[in-house]
Amino acid sequence: MIYREAGRFKTSYASDQAIFPIVQDRVFVRAAVVAAFVVPPLVAGDYWLQAILIPFLIYALAAIGLNLLTGYAGQLSLGTGGFMAVGAYSAFKLTTAFPRLSIIAVFLLSGLAAAAIGLLFGIPSLRIKGFYLAVATLAAQFFLIWLFNKVAWFTNYASSGTITAPDRTVLGVTVTGPNATAAARYVMALAFVTVFALVAKNLVRGRIGRSWMAIRDRDIAAEIIGVRPLRTKLLAFGISSFYCGVAGAELVFLYLGSAETLAFDINQSFLVLFMVIIGGLGSVLGSFLGAAFIILLPIFLTRLPHSLGLIMSVALQKQIELMIFGGLILFFLIVEPHGLARLWQIGKEKLRLWPFPH
Amino acid sequence: MTLRAVLVGILALTVVAGPSVARVQAAGEIFIPLLVYRTGPYAPNGIPIANGASDYFTLVNERDGGINTVKIAFEECEDQYDTKQGVECYERLKAKNPVLVNPYSTGITYQLIPKAPVDKIVVHSMGYGMTATADGRWFPWVFNFPMTYWSQASAFVKYVAQQEGGMDKLKGKKIAHIFHNSPYGKEANPTLEDLARRHAFELTLLAVDHPGQEQKATWLQIRRLNPDWIYISGWGVMNQVAVKEAGSIGVKMDRVVGNWWTGTETDVIPAGDAAKGYKSMAFTAPGAEFKVHQDIFKHVYDKGKGAYGNDRAKVGEVLYNRMVVNAMLNVEAIRTAMTKYGNKPLTGEQVRWGFENLNITDKRLEELGMKGMMRPLRVTCENHEGNGLAFVQQWDGKKWNVVSDWIEPIRDVVRPKLEAEAVAEAKKLNYTMRDCAKEK
Repeated sequence: MIYREAGRFKTSYASDQAIFPIVQDRVFVRAAVVAAFVVPPLVAGDYWLQAILIPFLIYALAAIGLNLLTGYAGQLSLGTGGFMAVGAYSAFKLTTAFPRLSIIAVFLLSGLAAAAIGLLFGIPSLRIKGFYLAVATLAAQFFLIWLFNKVAWFTNYASSGTITAPDRTVLGVTVTGPNATAAARYVMALAFVTVFALVAKNLVRGRIGRSWMAIRDRDIAAEIIGVRPLRTKLLAFGISSFYCGVAGAELVFLYLGSAETLAFDINQSFLVLFMVIIGGLGSVLGSFLGAAFIILLPIFLTRLPHSLGLIMSVALQKQIELMIFGGLILFFLIVEPHGLARLWQIGKEKLRLWPFPH
Repeated sequence: MTLRAVLVGILALTVVAGPSVARVQAAGEIFIPLLVYRTGPYAPNGIPIANGASDYFTLVNERDGGINTVKIAFEECEDQYDTKQGVECYERLKAKNPVLVNPYSTGITYQLIPKAPVDKIVVHSMGYGMTATADGRWFPWVFNFPMTYWSQASAFVKYVAQQEGGMDKLKGKKIAHIFHNSPYGKEANPTLEDLARRHAFELTLLAVDHPGQEQKATWLQIRRLNPDWIYISGWGVMNQVAVKEAGSIGVKMDRVVGNWWTGTETDVIPAGDAAKGYKSMAFTAPGAEFKVHQDIFKHVYDKGKGAYGNDRAKVGEVLYNRMVVNAMLNVEAIRTAMTKYGNKPLTGEQVRWGFENLNITDKRLEELGMKGMMRPLRVTCENHEGNGLAFVQQWDGKKWNVVSDWIEPIRDVVRPKLEAEAVAEAKKLNYTMRDCAKEK
């Protein structure tokens, strides 16, 4: 009733090609973004910002990155953790070598470094496909982590082998390091994810995204109609790694504060892949939903028995959490194999017809 | 349709109801958060640690009615030894105004070191964490007494020298260090390298990648190298595998020495008889024969409040005892602070003063029923490591026995290195050095 486009006519190409062709969507999304910038820093406490919202935004960014590669271009990758590590370590090296360089530039440059490494490890994708490619990208994961662990130069010869985020400011506000407030770090993470989600959305609607999807759906047919597999696949690897690299830099600078290579181990790659699969392959919104599911649900489940007034040991609580979480993943994959994004879409279609579905 | 509705409902609930934080703290209590890992890959180590803390704090509440009548409130949070979950736990429990935290994980300790002065919560990383934080002039909020990894490594070298017949006998000896390839495992390396140069022994560093289930290549190298002594810095499953491998290639077990996280019951029992003779460093004595254990049985277990329930045999295990000592040091630091600030719930800042002025004498240990379980300890503003000593314990197939005297670390080598490292680490955080002469 309230959510319907009947009677609205698109009179220009611009309105026809808008990201959100429906006015209600446009208004809703804009309001949501504004609210996201304004409300949490004013209302939410340190716990909400630091332990829940910041990791959610960072992993959402990584999930968008992997979604471009796996969801849109169809190249399965298990190297996400490695590419995130490249971003984190290059950000650390850059900002310690050039302390005056703006931290935003540092993040972007470390994204570029990750993109370069991603391109390199994307080369085998021309010959290897599917699960075999996943194994090849696994090599990137293990090699990169080994490299950062082995070569002390990456950690500036710190005897502990950890990298620590120093204090850096944007427009006079400290946004990284221990003295940055959670609100400042949150706004920084949100700004990055907003801009990059917008960029991703436009990428996948345009020529590049279409060529990715052509390669994904049938690579030989795509080649016949003139899509160059080499360029397209490498571009997907490069851009995806750029996103992951920025997310990795944020992980250390905005969330953890200091990290060792273990923070980027193979589990990270799986985690981000699960976000993409559960959220919905080939959907930017799905990346957000998947990140929310994987990051928020365990925390919620851990706290559930307590808020229901059940007294149980923390160990039992954790085990129950793992069982329910695993069960829910299976459940969602069975009832909606296309992920949470598809669920959202179905809901929207239902809403369009409401209250007269027939 | 209904199914979908349920799904949407679950999701909505997740987002809305999930992490609502309840701010509950009874008035008149001191809150201590416990980051525990009773599940996950490191649970065999995490359970005795968690139970030791729970039992000792319960003991103080039950026997003495709290610390000078101020009750201790404590709450566990499960982090599975995972840094991110640990940070989530810390942030969640921070709402309850804790005065101190024992992270029991190197990763989480590194996270909390920069936060400590901002949140005003003391970090006590007892015998782990970052060695450089022992310089209290740079790191006022972090304490790692009674000893650091560097002191431990030097005590190990000293023990080897004692066994070989003097420091001069170290010359030409081959020592291998097998370490967990992480900040924790690497900690001892700079000290060992330095001592190798000074005393001309041959040091080989062998890294084992996390989690350490695969060590065949490492032990093949050991076989080829045939070292006189082997030092292991491991944790969790890596220890069990290392002890098993050492047994299977037939090295002399009494020349394999673990650091104090590589010498627990869970590390040696899986290897069976092959583990007999294996040694490790320690700074707290094993066993349940101390008076404090009788107190724990009487005031905690007899009332049915023991963390192990009816399984009393596990009380007195290596890590259990270590955590009991850790909890005792926490309590005594708070008690010290109360001498200055009065018997009431204290702030983190006041408790920090207590940590810095902690002085555990032999007499006090006797009163606490812990004589012989640890050494007297004195902490100062400059020295957050205290004056701790280590000893060597040996596995006889059934239990751990103390087999050496207390060993003094080579402090004149360790301390200058430590101070230089503290400057480097503090510079990363933009800290300034405080003047301890002005502190009172």
